[in-house]
Amino acid sequence: MDEASVAGRGLSPRLWLAGGWLLLALLAAIFAPLIAPQDPLAQDLMLERLPPFWLDGAEPGYWLGTDSLGRDLLSRLIFGGRIAFIVAFAAATSACLLGSALGLIAGYFGGWPDRIISRIVDVWMAFPPVLFAILLVAVLGTGLSSVILAIAIIDWTRFCRVIRAEAMSQARMDYVESARIAGYGRMGIMLREVLPNVLPSVVALLSLEMGIAVIVEAILSFVNLSISTDDPTWGSIIAEGRLSIHQAWWVLVFPLITLILTVLSFSQFGEALKARFDPVLR
Amino acid sequence: MSACLDIRRLSAVLPNGQRVLRSVSLAVQPGEVSALVGESGAGKTMIGKAVLGVLPKSVRIVEGEMLIEGEDLGRLDPKARRTLIGARTALIPQDPLTALNPSRRIGTQMTDRLVRILGWSGERADQRIRQLLDEVQIRDPERVLKSYPHELSGGMRQRVLIAAAFAAEPRLIVADEPTTALDVTVQKQILRLIAQLQRDHGTAILFVTHDLGVVAKISQKVSVLYAGKVVEEAETEALFAAPQHPYTRALMAATPRYTDPYASLKPVDESVLAGLAVEIAAADKDWRPGHG
Ligand SMILES: Nc1ncnc2c1ncn2[C@@H]1O[C@H](COP(=O)(O)OP(=O)(O)OP(=O)(O)O)[C@@H](O)[C@H]1O
Ligand SMILES: [Mg+2]
Repeated sequence: MDEASVAGRGLSPRLWLAGGWLLLALLAAIFAPLIAPQDPLAQDLMLERLPPFWLDGAEPGYWLGTDSLGRDLLSRLIFGGRIAFIVAFAAATSACLLGSALGLIAGYFGGWPDRIISRIVDVWMAFPPVLFAILLVAVLGTGLSSVILAIAIIDWTRFCRVIRAEAMSQARMDYVESARIAGYGRMGIMLREVLPNVLPSVVALLSLEMGIAVIVEAILSFVNLSISTDDPTWGSIIAEGRLSIHQAWWVLVFPLITLILTVLSFSQFGEALKARFDPVLR
Repeated sequence: MSACLDIRRLSAVLPNGQRVLRSVSLAVQPGEVSALVGESGAGKTMIGKAVLGVLPKSVRIVEGEMLIEGEDLGRLDPKARRTLIGARTALIPQDPLTALNPSRRIGTQMTDRLVRILGWSGERADQRIRQLLDEVQIRDPERVLKSYPHELSGGMRQRVLIAAAFAAEPRLIVADEPTTALDVTVQKQILRLIAQLQRDHGTAILFVTHDLGVVAKISQKVSVLYAGKVVEEAETEALFAAPQHPYTRALMAATPRYTDPYASLKPVDESVLAGLAVEIAAADKDWRPGHG
């Protein structure tokens, strides 16, 4: 109750910390051309493997150092955030819409719609997700839209399973029965009585899924299956950093920290939002 | 004048063939409170759900008719049946917490039905709701209308549900143990309110309870239910003056008197239960679905 009431008053530190980091990263990504200190693609062999600013040999203007081609790491991270956020929002929203809609229908209507949808989910979940993603991108071809599509196609089941279970328990509630007695149609009851009660979970899952999408995109670029252009992505920077770990650890460490912070923030932000949305905890 | 609710030889079975309702017949006249009394599991809620068209999927009606103001529910197509039930009936449920949607404000929940189902204007619905909140003696309607259910006490929630039930002027209300979930002091107030509104609006009520004390206070007629079978049916006064069935007498003996709240419930006598078992077995032996 204490935790809930703190969250309720909007003082929850995790909401602020997670939200703050996400906002910072998002703004940096949006305004990347204005903010980035260097051109993220500019190579300069004179500047290769510069260390971050607090170490000997650092150059002003290259805060987090440079990679083995002399490209500024901070600028590459900022520009890489663009793709990370585009993928996060587009893929998670698509997965959410598809999965939540099917979950709502399966859970509330039950019967044969539920049997069909649940069977599809079972089959879907039998595939290991990362392999599934690699397979899909191999089929769909590389590129931003196929990465987004692949994540949505794989991950809608997360939404479907959770929302189905919640809609099922909602369907047994007395207020749903009262609505039926009053003469509401099934669709109306689903949208008016059931949906508002599963919404907090949808929001939490959506935020979590954005974090997952960021990871999946990073994994795909790590194995060189994501965006085929030269645009930096967090995953491709990590892949490059791994090769020069002994000469320039920062090229691996900073993108990893960025990635982990972002993914953690998405999941924490979702949980905190859920606590705020929940009328009983509010 | 036809009865407000007329149930004739209603039988229902579970998927395993077990009967949950055994040729139940009962009638509620317009403006009358008719009590349905029986111990837990007797099938009281089942009867209410059957009338309101919300039986669980596993329960199947195998014979009998239900008429609301002379209209046979079984002869209507599902849509017409829903419309009829929606327009003429309402439910006052047992648990006032789960009967309200936790994520919608009281005001929206109450007006919604009048506006969307009955097609009233928002203003008319709002006025109507306020009038009803006044009738159930809610003194601060503004706050209540803006509240979420969990922000109100159990008694307040039940008042809201009573107001909501009467708002659309139904002909028949099914009240399913409307005071069981409340504490004793609140129970009496809520009971008085229901009786008051029932008189003012002239609404017929099928009042489900397991408490004969409540029956004596609120109803004009009683049906005593045991294992899905009506074992006795009488005017309330007559029933209390001269209970005919041994089970009714046992129930009365088991009901603690109000003067002595600590009196313990006496269990129903073995011989009475044995008699009931014989009666039920006899009813089931003669019974064939469709020929009852
Ligand atoms: N969903 C269901 N599916 C199958 N059987 C059920 C279901 N709900 C109740 N029953 C059974 O039907 C019978 C009647 O139950 P009902 O709920 O009508 O009793 P009741 O008289 O309302 O009891 P209580 O006083 O406890 O509310 C019981 O034997 C019960 O086990
Ligand atoms: Mg009951």
